[in-house]
Amino acid sequence: MLHIVKKEVPKTREKIIVRLSAVLAALAVASIIVLVAGANPLELYIGIVQGCFGSLYRFAATIEKMVPLLVLSLGVLVAFKMRFWNIGAEGQFLMGAVGTTLVVRLLPDLPLPVMLVLMIIVSFLFGAVWLMIPAFFKARFGTNETLFTLMLNYIALTLVTALQYDFWKDPAANGMPKIANLPENALLPSAGGFNLSILMAVIIVLAMYYFMNRSKIGFEIAVLGESENTARYIGINVTRTIIIAALVSGGLCGMVGMMQTTGVSGALSTEITGGLGFTAIIVAWLSGLKVPFVVVNSFAFAVLLQGASYIQTAFQIPGSVAEMIQAIILFFILGSEFVLQYRLVSDKTKSEVA
Amino acid sequence: MEFVFFLAAAVKAGTCLLYATLGEIISEKVGHLNLGVEGMMQMGAVIGFIAGFTFGNPYTAVLCAALAGAAGALIYGFLTISLKANQVVTGLTLSIFGVGFAAFFGKNFVGKKVPEAITTFFAPVKLPILGDIPYLGQIFFNQSVYVYFSYFLVVAIYIYLYKTKWGLNTRMVGENPVAADASGIPVDKYKYFNIALCGALCGLGGAFLSLVYISIYPVNVVSGRGWIAVALVIFAMWNPGKAMLGAYFFGALDIASFWLQQYNLPVSIYLFTALPYLATVFVLIFTSMRKSSNKKEPAWLGKNYFKEDR
Repeated sequence: MLHIVKKEVPKTREKIIVRLSAVLAALAVASIIVLVAGANPLELYIGIVQGCFGSLYRFAATIEKMVPLLVLSLGVLVAFKMRFWNIGAEGQFLMGAVGTTLVVRLLPDLPLPVMLVLMIIVSFLFGAVWLMIPAFFKARFGTNETLFTLMLNYIALTLVTALQYDFWKDPAANGMPKIANLPENALLPSAGGFNLSILMAVIIVLAMYYFMNRSKIGFEIAVLGESENTARYIGINVTRTIIIAALVSGGLCGMVGMMQTTGVSGALSTEITGGLGFTAIIVAWLSGLKVPFVVVNSFAFAVLLQGASYIQTAFQIPGSVAEMIQAIILFFILGSEFVLQYRLVSDKTKSEVA
Repeated sequence: MEFVFFLAAAVKAGTCLLYATLGEIISEKVGHLNLGVEGMMQMGAVIGFIAGFTFGNPYTAVLCAALAGAAGALIYGFLTISLKANQVVTGLTLSIFGVGFAAFFGKNFVGKKVPEAITTFFAPVKLPILGDIPYLGQIFFNQSVYVYFSYFLVVAIYIYLYKTKWGLNTRMVGENPVAADASGIPVDKYKYFNIALCGALCGLGGAFLSLVYISIYPVNVVSGRGWIAVALVIFAMWNPGKAMLGAYFFGALDIASFWLQQYNLPVSIYLFTALPYLATVFVLIFTSMRKSSNKKEPAWLGKNYFKEDR
């Protein structure tokens, strides 16, 4: 009979080979669907690459899609490292965007630099508070945070819906339910399609690398994730660590709300997240909760997202195909983890090892 | 009398939630948090509609919908049971997949009408005697057979989970797979069976929307109801009977904003849509504060079982 046993930690080379073969296998399966859709898969995949790198403008669009995903994934990573399943990035993103818009509504005449700094702080706090609520109940009563944060996504979404259709509805939009665009002095400066949020993302990546790998609190978060008892035994203040991690995690996701409102969409809306908060969870997880891999994987997903929107217009293929291809690739990569972590042995070899 | 109609409409609106919630309860009872409910409902909705539109036979349509949901669940099952992938991430991926799947395959059917044969088959039927009870008859017993079948399922699933050996074993796997395995229960088989059952029920929930609830196929027929079902499982504290009450309550909230429009309320009607989620949050907090074990989630929920770790 065959048995499953845990393997020693795989080498980086093996990891890369396994993951790449998973992606290739996924593309092979996805090709069947593309054929059903009545297109040539090879042409389509080339189209995706062209859509991302074909021109400087398209490359800028790819980076624009990468930035929010990257920062959201880093935010999610901090909580996941602690085994705190924050799947509320969507909600924290939305709340950050609400905070950003609130700043402009209350203080519309601030000069740009002051406005941006204030919006960064407020969006960070809004996102952080949105995660502190479940974090508090988790620390105090052990309330299930997976389901709590999931619910908070939809509560945030209804809040934004109410703002968009009622409270903050733009009277100048001829009855269209939309929130007014931000004024000039509240938009992120940009050049050639690249806006300032890229610089913010670079700083955040460096800071998070330091925070997770070099700082004392990063170490404490990792220990707490491994075992709460160990953490208590070596004198880590568990409640304080949970609160700080939640602050950073929710705060980063909230800041994405600011980056998207001021840099991309120009106004708060219910569609502002585009489901990126969920994609970020997958990116963080596939990256093994390591900052450098998050950078690589968010780029890979951004290529897929940008490629998808390109083929939609260039090949008249519905964007839902890209959604399916994305999910199929994810299924294969999730499955391929098994090959990296376990191996099959027969009874015979097992007794020899024993 | 108008309020009675409102309640009858709430039962109808809650039925799709009830199917999906019953499914997710079974999945969670066996220890698997499947966040792919939305995806499985979407797959059931679109395949159910396509089958119904093509063959014009209600039985075929419903069967295909259940199979589509189960197929989605089996992708999740294979990854999380056999390949031990993370449940949360796999479930979210299944939701992304299902939404894309429905958008893609349903594209050519948007705007098409549900065939006459199916609409008549699922039209409300007043039950003899029961239907004549004042108020209650109008609310519960003047509905579609699809709704009546969900009443039957609530009882059947309650008996399955709490009164049969299989149900006992299922719950044992969800609470403590190590002990279940040691006592000779085939853990993986139980997981596969219950997860597939969950998928089939979610598929039926989705098909209720595309075959009974609407008459013309829209762009996105499920539109987030799967997430409400995930919330409902907690709201119902993993109990099929309470799931029924909860589903109608959430169904009422779902249509409340539409009904309240006529009264010119001083609060924004859009805030009402947050009530199901808020209620769920309170239930989550409340159940975690009280430590009674029969009202809490299965102990092994969300964790995969690896035999050699024992």
